Amino acid sequence: MKPAPFAYERPRDVASALAAMAGEGTIKIIAGGQSLGPMLNLRLVAPDTIVDITGLDELKHAEVSGDELVIGACVTHADIEDGRIPDVTRGAMQRVAADIAYRAVRNRGTLGGSLSHADPSADWVSALAALGATMSLRSATGARRIAMKDFVLGALESALAPGELLEAVRVPAMPPSARWGYVKACRKTGEFAHAIGAVLIDPDAGTARVVIGAVEAAPIIVDDTAALFGGRISHDFASRFDARVADALLLRAGLGDAADRHIHVAVLRKAIAEAAK
Amino acid sequence: MRSERDPSFAKPASQGVGARVPRKEDDRLMRDRGQYVGDIRLSGLQDVAFVRSPLAHAQIRAIHIPERYRDVVFTAADLVGIKPIRAVTGLAGFKASDQPILATDKVRQVGELIAMCVASTRAEAEDIAAAVTLDLVELPAVYDMRQALAPGAPLVHEHWGDNVFLESFFEIDIASALDAPIKVTREISTARQCMSPLEGRGVVATFDSRLDQLTLYSGSQMPHIVKNGLSDCLGMDQGRIRIVSPDVGGGFGHKGILLPEEVCLSWLTMRCGFPVRWIEDRREHLVASSNCREHHYSITVYADRDGTLRGIDCEAIVDSGAYSSYPFSACLEAAQVVSILPGPYKMPAYRCRTFSVATNKCPILPYRGVARTGVCFALELMLDLVAAEAGLEPGEVRLRNLPGPEQMPFDNITRKHFDSGDYPEAMRRALKQIDIDGIRARQRRGEADGRRIGVGLSIYCEQAAHGTSVYAGWGIPMVPGHEQATARLTPDGGLELRVGVHSHGQGLETTLSQVAFEMLGVDVGRIRVVHGDTAMTPYSTGTWGSRCMVMAGGAVATACHELGERAKKIGAKLLQVDEAAVALVDGEIRGPNGSVSLREIAHTWYRRPQDLPGDVDPGGLEATSGYKPQRDTGTFSYAAHAVTVAVDPDLGDVEILDYVIVEDGGVLVNPMIVDGQIYGGLAQGIGTALYEEMPFDRAGQPLNTTLADYLLPGPTEVPMPWLDHMETPSPYTKFGVKGIGEGGAIAPPAAIGNAVNDALRGLGVEMMQSPITPRRIVEAILAARDAQRPAA
Repeated sequence: MKPAPFAYERPRDVASALAAMAGEGTIKIIAGGQSLGPMLNLRLVAPDTIVDITGLDELKHAEVSGDELVIGACVTHADIEDGRIPDVTRGAMQRVAADIAYRAVRNRGTLGGSLSHADPSADWVSALAALGATMSLRSATGARRIAMKDFVLGALESALAPGELLEAVRVPAMPPSARWGYVKACRKTGEFAHAIGAVLIDPDAGTARVVIGAVEAAPIIVDDTAALFGGRISHDFASRFDARVADALLLRAGLGDAADRHIHVAVLRKAIAEAAK
Repeated sequence: MRSERDPSFAKPASQGVGARVPRKEDDRLMRDRGQYVGDIRLSGLQDVAFVRSPLAHAQIRAIHIPERYRDVVFTAADLVGIKPIRAVTGLAGFKASDQPILATDKVRQVGELIAMCVASTRAEAEDIAAAVTLDLVELPAVYDMRQALAPGAPLVHEHWGDNVFLESFFEIDIASALDAPIKVTREISTARQCMSPLEGRGVVATFDSRLDQLTLYSGSQMPHIVKNGLSDCLGMDQGRIRIVSPDVGGGFGHKGILLPEEVCLSWLTMRCGFPVRWIEDRREHLVASSNCREHHYSITVYADRDGTLRGIDCEAIVDSGAYSSYPFSACLEAAQVVSILPGPYKMPAYRCRTFSVATNKCPILPYRGVARTGVCFALELMLDLVAAEAGLEPGEVRLRNLPGPEQMPFDNITRKHFDSGDYPEAMRRALKQIDIDGIRARQRRGEADGRRIGVGLSIYCEQAAHGTSVYAGWGIPMVPGHEQATARLTPDGGLELRVGVHSHGQGLETTLSQVAFEMLGVDVGRIRVVHGDTAMTPYSTGTWGSRCMVMAGGAVATACHELGERAKKIGAKLLQVDEAAVALVDGEIRGPNGSVSLREIAHTWYRRPQDLPGDVDPGGLEATSGYKPQRDTGTFSYAAHAVTVAVDPDLGDVEILDYVIVEDGGVLVNPMIVDGQIYGGLAQGIGTALYEEMPFDRAGQPLNTTLADYLLPGPTEVPMPWLDHMETPSPYTKFGVKGIGEGGAIAPPAAIGNAVNDALRGLGVEMMQSPITPRRIVEAILAARDAQRPAA
């Protein structure tokens, strides 16, 4: 379990990182290495060059800008867990961060690294979709933004183009009337989730974002959330949750296994119950 | 956190048998001053990586080695004169396998060694291994032990004609049970597991041309047995081989096995002339080694309405994997199932047939609680079903069938000789502590969170330190005889003990010192236990079968007794009295008019012999002696486990709310160390019950090949159990001690399984397969729901 030989670059700024990414051969960015490290050791990936962006101070910064929080891609899970960066989610992100894997992983693992890796069972992939986050991407030729719900395309597959880097995550401030629920099922503390339910429900506005994650593909972002609650979203949303609608939705999304669907629906129900507390 | 000021850390009044002496070895181990194989640095050391089979079953057509690596890659063709590993038994009908050191014509498991590559670092050696290409012709894999028995199944060893290492059978009067009013039949299975010590295997080999001796450093529980096996495979005189087993980070049975890697590196260092090293990585560990536990039972239990057992009828299959491992063989588990399935229970009729089946998987290795964990799971799950059928409390059924203290020693139906104990009392205490009545009341009330509460029991027996008479019958390459130890006073009055067993978590450096203190009164801090080196210790089969406290403890006591007799002879001379007039008390020889300490005796013997009269006994102050219990059929320790769980029927999650263990390990030399043994065993038992599983696909590929997939319980999954010790002495051993090393890992799967089933009984759900995963629970609940729904 030793990696195949590779070249290692540790750029000093984003511009030189982007230049390094435009080099010859296969290139992988390392931003904490909590997933990429084992994959290299198992020789599941054997890039010609590793570009280590953990030295880029520009990406370790977080600030509130207008009504959103802009978090640099190299902010660690532990930074969020420990409250070292500002918060606009009334503690929701802090609680999600605190439950990611183990503390050793949280110390090194980064927000941008986890999102770019696009593991369907990763917490941020589902949580940030429910929080309505937007990704800021940059390449040598320009910058663009993309909604989190469109960022993950499949298992370990993101919307990042070759030569493109996830620079920051923009999280909108959570309205005071919004209710947050996040529940995951894991075989044991710190293990990968096998079901995730993430909901942000605003009964005053009659809106909801509902995400069913850890489905071995991109998370399921429910389009017609009202249907989950009998046609309307109001203050009694938890008691109006219709498990049959959720089950049918999972079936349509390709989850053929009844036990899988049962667990996902149960997790979603618990997330909704948490939001109603 | 306890500090040194804590009274429990104070120097105990006695350091002898029964004292909670803090472990001597912890000072080095907990401060990272231990030395494991991976810490050994030798000048010129080169690393080895192996080319392993990517297929479970294939013919090897060719191995292509790039020209530039010709001198650093070695295959079976290079190993001229090296013999395969062969572990036969004397049991009638046993079919032998030859485990090649490096594969020759065929590979029979994923991960089998094909070539070894040597380089200055492991990473470079892996690069070389990646450059070697294999031309393999894939054969159908034998991936399922039950299908392996079917006619026409592919054959692991073609010349056998079938896939059966051994069939075992035992029957007493099963016909008499058939009219019993209660008859329960089930299929029960336990998953293949991977025992997971913190440290994997590792080997450093070097050759000393001055001594004309190969030195093999290997993390081994049984260094003298490795030496036997290595000598056979290499065709080398034993005098030219030295095995050193330094600190070892957990064994559990996994490190009792002779590895092809050990043979490979021994050959390689002699071929290349420089020291070589191979350190198993976790992927090699999971894929190619340390597999254990895979059993399947088709079992029927017969009982009367009052729960009295009338008989058991069972057919069991054990997946033994591709090869018979040295020295325990491929039938260790299945052949034992026949004799130990009845456990401690009384019954008039019994029939059992078992098959040790060859498959294209890793050889099955002995794991803590060998065969007993599966047997306990099968039998104890069945007893709960008998209780349900009879409308009785599970505890009642057990109390009805356990032998009472007045029946000890008790010979059960398979003629196992239970030396002592009060099994019903252990069960009664466990029932009381778990508060069985309180749980039943709580179950009637129901839970606010929608979870379901269940309580489960199990009891088992653990045969330990079984000796010559038992193993001679098996006829495996290793039969334990008298255990030996050397006790030696040093010139400054310290004591050295030399033992052939190995301590790697058992705390033997402490407990054997306590035995010596008991015999000689030498302060535990002045006693050094030398182990883990064949050049420095007497021959021993090593550490296995929970035998060390009984066997090595007995041997240390015997050697210390002889040393004491020698010291008395010298002391009597120094005191100028007759030997009959002196006694050894508290570390000194006391006569009628004075005393002389062992320290003074040692000083005089070694440093001032001129002070001794000419007619002093010349035996000196070093004694090697041997020990066997009065009866060598083994000690029987046991425990009753009781557990309360909460099961979430939506997610299938199981939470352990309370865990009670009432154990009887005979006289405990150090109860604190026994507590630790039980905690560790419990963690492993919880792993078996709820987490650990090594599944294979139809091509024979192992699927859980990293620790992200192969789940082990961690601190958040293991509760602090409530422990109670009963101490019924064994009538046959020194001090009345019994072996207790494995029990903690035996009973938890059965107790937890019964608790889950108790919780889910109202839903019509039975979990009969370990591990009991959330997914399996949910699947069973959905299946039961579908079955109850009226057909459309």
